Amino acid sequence: MGYSDVQMIDENGNRVDGRKAGDIRPIEIELGVVPVADGSASMRWGTNYVIASVYGPMEAHPRKIQRQERAVLDVRYNMAPFSTTDRFRPGFNRRSREISKVTSDALESVVLLELYPRSKIRVEIEVICAEAGTRCVGLTAASLALADAGIPMTDMVVSVASGKINGIVVCDLNKEEDNYGAADLPMGVLPNSGELVFLQMDGDLSPSEFQEAWDYNMEAALKIHVLMKEAIAKKYGGGQ
Amino acid sequence: MSSSGASDGRTSAASGSLVIPGDKISSDTNDRLGHGVIKLNGEMIATKLGYVVVKAGEISITPIHTAYFPRPGDLVIAYIEGMRSNIWFIDLNAPFNAILPMSLAPMKIDYGGTRDAMNVGTTILCRVQEVDEAHSSVVTMKGMGLRKVNSGFVDTIPPHLVGSISSGSNAIINQLKDASNCRIILGANGRIWVDGEPEGIRIVRNALAFVRDNEHSTDLAGAFASHLANGNGE
Repeated sequence: MGYSDVQMIDENGNRVDGRKAGDIRPIEIELGVVPVADGSASMRWGTNYVIASVYGPMEAHPRKIQRQERAVLDVRYNMAPFSTTDRFRPGFNRRSREISKVTSDALESVVLLELYPRSKIRVEIEVICAEAGTRCVGLTAASLALADAGIPMTDMVVSVASGKINGIVVCDLNKEEDNYGAADLPMGVLPNSGELVFLQMDGDLSPSEFQEAWDYNMEAALKIHVLMKEAIAKKYGGGQ
Repeated sequence: MSSSGASDGRTSAASGSLVIPGDKISSDTNDRLGHGVIKLNGEMIATKLGYVVVKAGEISITPIHTAYFPRPGDLVIAYIEGMRSNIWFIDLNAPFNAILPMSLAPMKIDYGGTRDAMNVGTTILCRVQEVDEAHSSVVTMKGMGLRKVNSGFVDTIPPHLVGSISSGSNAIINQLKDASNCRIILGANGRIWVDGEPEGIRIVRNALAFVRDNEHSTDLAGAFASHLANGNGE
């Protein structure tokens, strides 16, 4: 049986975990989870569990990485060895380098780096439990941690992925859908302006399917942005 | 590609409300831009997580968290972190170290004698003399009251709280001085020097822990007065 033959959505449109095509997995957000960091956030997104922490701005070392006119973002995405069913070999690998790079590029679009010349802002994203879409969870959690650290930004970044399973476009793929699906479209969105800061695509989507996945992602991003605001208000909503 | 109406997401925020980066604060172009606010496409947008403050025609954000960035004239409590023959490197609790040239030290020192005058770890009371656009700063110890600190202890509070605990007629720092009978100097970098009797120092330490724990309370000064009245200032 090929991957495309695995039935992951029934005739009523229910997916393997009971969600409809446009539904996202349950999300829980908490801020300030790492007391020693300048800012931090944790996200439970389905079974995914990711902690992001931010340190700085600080003097950039070694000096060769310093930029005279702006700060540098040093993003490190890492999966814990126990985060997957098979032991994940610890340390940096090609995948984590790639995700660190795209996350850094996405965040550089919103962080006002020019306010901190010669500085470095360190962002650590640690995946504690992985179940598809960890780059999206990591990017969203990193955005929350940056806000928590008081780093000035023009907008938050919300990231979510849609994809195609059994010829149907669905939002926020879970592990089975990610493994056996036909395509995956993770996006990073600025919820207030609707701008796109990150997009990757794995697999094939027709133009109409791409549009459908895009719309699902945009809609989901707005829902997640509301959840982010609620989590921040829960933590700091005392008012002045 | 359509954006599914995402660009309608901004809503205006009132004074005192909590905003996150990207939130629209106001469309009133007559207001001046303060800390944590930028103008984007004709709208005032929050760039920091914090509370909106509208005062005297200026809109700003009081941030939840922020790093200390030195400004000329700031009185700061700092530590010696290193030295060369004629300068010291100073930890200001800021992202960048400052320098203290030998010429701005409070005593006469021969070239090469910096370590003998003030070694690594020495606490000093100094003033920020100049800061350039790349955040390099110079501090001075020439001035009234600027000196090495040889007694007492240093505690810290988040630097963004310095303004709120030192301003107003019933400032928290004044309440604390009265309650503890200690000498207290509040640095703009969030470090506080306290010297006095052990009992007074205990009161100050507890009070500063209270301030740190309740930094986001709606009426910090009122909550602090209650804290002292409930036997914590006796």
